[in-house]
Amino acid sequence: MTAPDAPKTASRFTPARLFSSYGALVAIGLVALVLLVWAPGSLSAFRLGNLGKYCAWAIAAVGIGLAWGRGGMLVMGQGVFFGIGGYAMAMHMKLEAAGPGGVPDFMTLYGNGTMPGWWEPFRSGPFTLAVIVLGPAIVSFILGYGILKRRVKGAYFAILTQALAVAFATLLISTIKQTGGFNGLNTFSTFFGQNLYDPQVKENIYLITAGLLVFFLVVVWQLYRSRYGELLVATRDAEERVRFLGYDPANIKLVAFVAAAVMASVGGAMFVPIAGIISPSNVDAAASIMLLAGVALGGRSSLLGPALGALAVGYGQSALSEKYPTQWTYFQGALFILVMLFLPAGIASIWPKLKALVPTKRSASPGGVGIEAEVEADAGAVAPV
Amino acid sequence: MRELLTPFLTGTASGAILLLAALGLTLTFGQMGVINMANGEFLMAGAYVAYLTQQVITSTGLSIIVAIPAAFLVAGLLGLLLEVTIIQFMYKRPLDTLLATVGVALVLQQLARDLFGAQGDPVKPPTWLRGNISVFGYHWPHRQLFTIVLALAALGALSSVLKYSSFGRRIRATVQNRELAETLGISTRSVDRMTFFLGSGLAGVGGVAIALISGTNPTLGTVYIIPAFLVVVAGGVGQIKGTVIAAFAVGIITAYLTDWTSGSMSQVIVFALVVIFLQVRPQGLFTVRTRSLA
Repeated sequence: MTAPDAPKTASRFTPARLFSSYGALVAIGLVALVLLVWAPGSLSAFRLGNLGKYCAWAIAAVGIGLAWGRGGMLVMGQGVFFGIGGYAMAMHMKLEAAGPGGVPDFMTLYGNGTMPGWWEPFRSGPFTLAVIVLGPAIVSFILGYGILKRRVKGAYFAILTQALAVAFATLLISTIKQTGGFNGLNTFSTFFGQNLYDPQVKENIYLITAGLLVFFLVVVWQLYRSRYGELLVATRDAEERVRFLGYDPANIKLVAFVAAAVMASVGGAMFVPIAGIISPSNVDAAASIMLLAGVALGGRSSLLGPALGALAVGYGQSALSEKYPTQWTYFQGALFILVMLFLPAGIASIWPKLKALVPTKRSASPGGVGIEAEVEADAGAVAPV
Repeated sequence: MRELLTPFLTGTASGAILLLAALGLTLTFGQMGVINMANGEFLMAGAYVAYLTQQVITSTGLSIIVAIPAAFLVAGLLGLLLEVTIIQFMYKRPLDTLLATVGVALVLQQLARDLFGAQGDPVKPPTWLRGNISVFGYHWPHRQLFTIVLALAALGALSSVLKYSSFGRRIRATVQNRELAETLGISTRSVDRMTFFLGSGLAGVGGVAIALISGTNPTLGTVYIIPAFLVVVAGGVGQIKGTVIAAFAVGIITAYLTDWTSGSMSQVIVFALVVIFLQVRPQGLFTVRTRSLA
């Protein structure tokens, strides 16, 4: 898109150039300001808790944006990784509630009151945190290695990940004595020794969650700017060409898949102390698809789109499902249909599209092509004409 | 002997339902690259057609005979509607059809819930399907046998349409080389539409069989869609032969695993088996040999 004879130095040190490099960081800063400063000061405890829940989903959504938007892998089973993190955290909190040497209440309720051995290490906080990060990384690595190395992609990949989510949820439901079954794990009292009913603790948990969201946004921003980010997009758009250049596309995609899994797991782990429950309905195929809805709406290949989309869908769900419980499903279905039909690159693509309609002096000059060209190329990649 | 035979018989019956669900998927996936997640809801539509015909025609025997073509027509028309309103605008980006049809599936499920209630309704089998035959001491329900006969009949009809009719030849030409088919004067657009009609209609027939065994339910489609897709993936996309083998294999293996472990464990193991199988044959059981890189 750049004229080949345009001098490279012309675009350096101009405000436009600066904005194209760091504008995204400013946007992340604005999000951080709203989530970390404005929200705790002006929202009620109840609303803040809800926002925290959406933030937990948004963390998983940022990962989906990486894997799906930039990597072209439609991950339909992120609920599994959300669940690994969530259940690990819930098990730890359940054991905290049971006290030293105690057994979680539901085990005496449904079983004979003996705890399976693999629960025991979750008494330790550091072990739990390690599982939240390493558990999904290992699972997604093994699965991703098996699938991606054999060049299984596109719809096949999507179907397999969704099948994984279905299998995971059924497994959880059937193991009521070990995982609480359909009811999941609930009724916690403390979060790493802090009383969960203390409003200050609640606010702190919210701040941690929102902080993690901002942290992952910065991580992903850095990834997208890096050589790796370029490679990932190249793999999405022309996998064979990348292979001929000497890279292994499977490795490139595997990194994105594992990173997305870890983010989903962290989101799941933070979801538990805020929502006070994790159950199969939070992690099954339907929940995984819910996570995709926000990403699709916001704009899967944009930086902030997935996170903001997830926040919006989370808010929409609780606002609409309170008033009109059945209409919400119609709304969700319509959302998928309309976004996929008319706005495949999400809301994030509206602005550059509008801008493209109005020819300006700036977009014609070589100095201004930076960000518009990038975004346009992105939108074009998802919706080839 | 009986312990070994029982899962085989029930597994063959569930394989037959999977086959009916997967045939439509493999046709549309193979020909257009479209992933129709709403196919499970076409099964559901077929099941509700069986329920509704029974409300109108009280004779259970006659109502089932009427329900089969009616379900084919209703589900087929739903598929056609889906193609005309949504899918046709998305042929250039097949992966997006997956999520759009997920949306359609959600809407259809909720529609069924609003129209017929969240609870399922039973569908009475006709008298000639109520008994069972004794196979080595196992009382095999007639309904399961009927499902297999129905699936095989549908399969036979589909294969002969594909093989002998001019419409079938047009479909095969479009699958093999879309551009070349167009230069020969075939309207690939109308072929696509008819394929969608045919594939969705087959799912509707499958829905009648499901209704006879387990009644209707708004979430009936979600139970079958993922196993049906695993069948398509394992069988090789667009390969009827592969789909048939994979459907019965998945059905029978699941039945044996359910017998030995539990219903939920068998799902997990079947999933793992499909992933392992794809290590050996990433393109599925049968593949079209092409010179393309992917």
